[in-house]
Amino acid sequence: MGEFSWLTFGIFAAFVGFVLGISFYLGAKAKSASGYFAAHGQVGWFVNGVAFAGDYLSAASFLGICGMIAFFGYDGFLYSIGFLAGWVVALFVIAEPIKRLGKYTFADALDSKFNSRGIKLAAAISTLLVSLFYLIPQMVGAGALIRPLMGIDHEYAHAIGVLIVGVVVILIVVTAGMVSTTWVQFIKGSLLVAFCLVLTVLILRRGLEARPQPAAKADPGQVPIASITRLPDGRPVTGPMGPLKYISTLQRSDIVLTSKTGATQQTTGNTMLVPGGSPTFKGVRSERFFDKLDFLSLMIALFCGTASLPHILIRYYTVKDSTAARKSTVVGIASIGFFYILTLFLGLGAMTTLPPTTDSNMAAPLLALRVGGEFLFAVISAIAFTTVLGTVSGLIMAASGAVAHDLMTNYLRMDLTDHGKVRAGKVAAVVVGALAMLLGVVFEKFNAGFLVGWAFNVAASANLPALVMLLFWRRTTKQGITAAIVVGLLSSLAWLALTGPAYQNVYGLNPTDAPMPFSQPALVTIPLGFAVLVAVSLVTQPRREPVPAAFEAVVPPRPQP
Amino acid sequence: MSEHPPGHDDHPETISRNARVGLWLFGVYLLLYGGFMALNAFFPQRMAAAPFGGVNLAVLYGFLLIVAAFALALLYMFLVRHALGGNGNRNNESDQAGGR
Repeated sequence: MGEFSWLTFGIFAAFVGFVLGISFYLGAKAKSASGYFAAHGQVGWFVNGVAFAGDYLSAASFLGICGMIAFFGYDGFLYSIGFLAGWVVALFVIAEPIKRLGKYTFADALDSKFNSRGIKLAAAISTLLVSLFYLIPQMVGAGALIRPLMGIDHEYAHAIGVLIVGVVVILIVVTAGMVSTTWVQFIKGSLLVAFCLVLTVLILRRGLEARPQPAAKADPGQVPIASITRLPDGRPVTGPMGPLKYISTLQRSDIVLTSKTGATQQTTGNTMLVPGGSPTFKGVRSERFFDKLDFLSLMIALFCGTASLPHILIRYYTVKDSTAARKSTVVGIASIGFFYILTLFLGLGAMTTLPPTTDSNMAAPLLALRVGGEFLFAVISAIAFTTVLGTVSGLIMAASGAVAHDLMTNYLRMDLTDHGKVRAGKVAAVVVGALAMLLGVVFEKFNAGFLVGWAFNVAASANLPALVMLLFWRRTTKQGITAAIVVGLLSSLAWLALTGPAYQNVYGLNPTDAPMPFSQPALVTIPLGFAVLVAVSLVTQPRREPVPAAFEAVVPPRPQP
Repeated sequence: MSEHPPGHDDHPETISRNARVGLWLFGVYLLLYGGFMALNAFFPQRMAAAPFGGVNLAVLYGFLLIVAAFALALLYMFLVRHALGGNGNRNNESDQAGGR
């Protein structure tokens, strides 16, 4: 895909122009701090629910998972399951209390009981670091997309992609804050789900096709990643199929996998549709106990991470009340769950269609080109770019709020006017956006999905123990919360820095020399955060501390003797 | 003394009841998710079996977890509405907001 296409460029330009137009229009309506950081709390629950999907279905979800399924089969779907399951924690445990207790950021909720500067500082730093960690894979995804989208194919293509996303996102965030960010997410979330459904229907209508292939060596540019050599009933083609029939047929087919070097491997569809085929999850087929812990730890991080992501949590402040927070979460679960079911079909469609020389991050857009032609490719690519745009907007908003509201206003106690707070937030958005662009270029070689998994580990370790215990343990103290955030954040970051993948990809060292027995820290660092919170809270109990009414409702009072 | 009338979503009794319902449903999903993790980690060969419709357990269980999240979310909405007297809630402005 090195050729420039006016159609592709025209659709992309129309998307970006439309999004910026909305931003400028809505910008005039959001002058106050409440409007900038929380859209006046007036976003409708349905719009906010779809915007949740827009926020959450990032480049890693759309591009990374499809690519992972295309190359490794079922293992990519494990990410879909884990990412969706995390919303259960958000709905049943976090959503309503966080809405009731906070104002602009999740630090507000954590600090609502104590008015502690320590909590404000720890929560703000946690928000900044988690958002930056999450921004890196989004920027890397933006860089990967620009090549086929704009027809650019030279060494600076990645940097140009990062630069375009960075500048457009900063424009969006600076013009109108949470109002325009919400509408960008809404548009992007709706279009992403709708067009992925179109693509899935095209895949199912096309069905599966058997083709003979030489067993020893194949041209990796000419054959699919998985060539079906025999369909279950021996027919050459299946014709249109329903979703379950598609999977069961592929499962019972004989296939030949071709690697990027052209080496082939005979296997069955069922082998590709069980866990353990990818480097990330190969531990589930291992006999070593620590290898299995790596898998378990990542699944725990995905489960616990969603409700700890700052850019997800701040979306609860854009709706009117806890009822709207609950309803918008349900809409979010419906949209996101439906999308994640589609990812399995997109990935399997790409696996049986695209050659192994494909960039895994480009599997979904290139599949659109094969099954839907240039127009669908242009639309899917533009949506993918807007996907990065939307997620990055939300993350920069979260980081901007942490700097202007939590750090400058609450921690440093700077006497900012309402207008001054908005201006500080905008300056923070520009600085964070510029930093994210720089990191997006520096981390070009990293796998986007892998980095997102790490971001979930850090978010869950730093934020979840504090959030959960604040809501459900009445003896929680401000020192306990601060300590849990600091220990969770530092321990997870330190663990990641000492893992095999970091040794290999960051320091260029031998990964077997890494001291950590597995690469996903959540299994250790989340319980560590809880333990630290309990221990510190127990030794810092105040003599007598009244519990506010809002907490008494969640945490039943202890029976009196 | 709460500023909200009994039955209101922000009344302490309602908050407490919703939290209990949410935790029960969360427990149900945790069991499902934990079962999925345990099967994958310690009995991966079981995931290749096709118990229904020719589709293997790995795919079926994955779909189940996604559908169950939505089903439990709807059940939660229903239980909360039921607890509030069947009229959804008394924050009618929220319903109006959804249509904006």
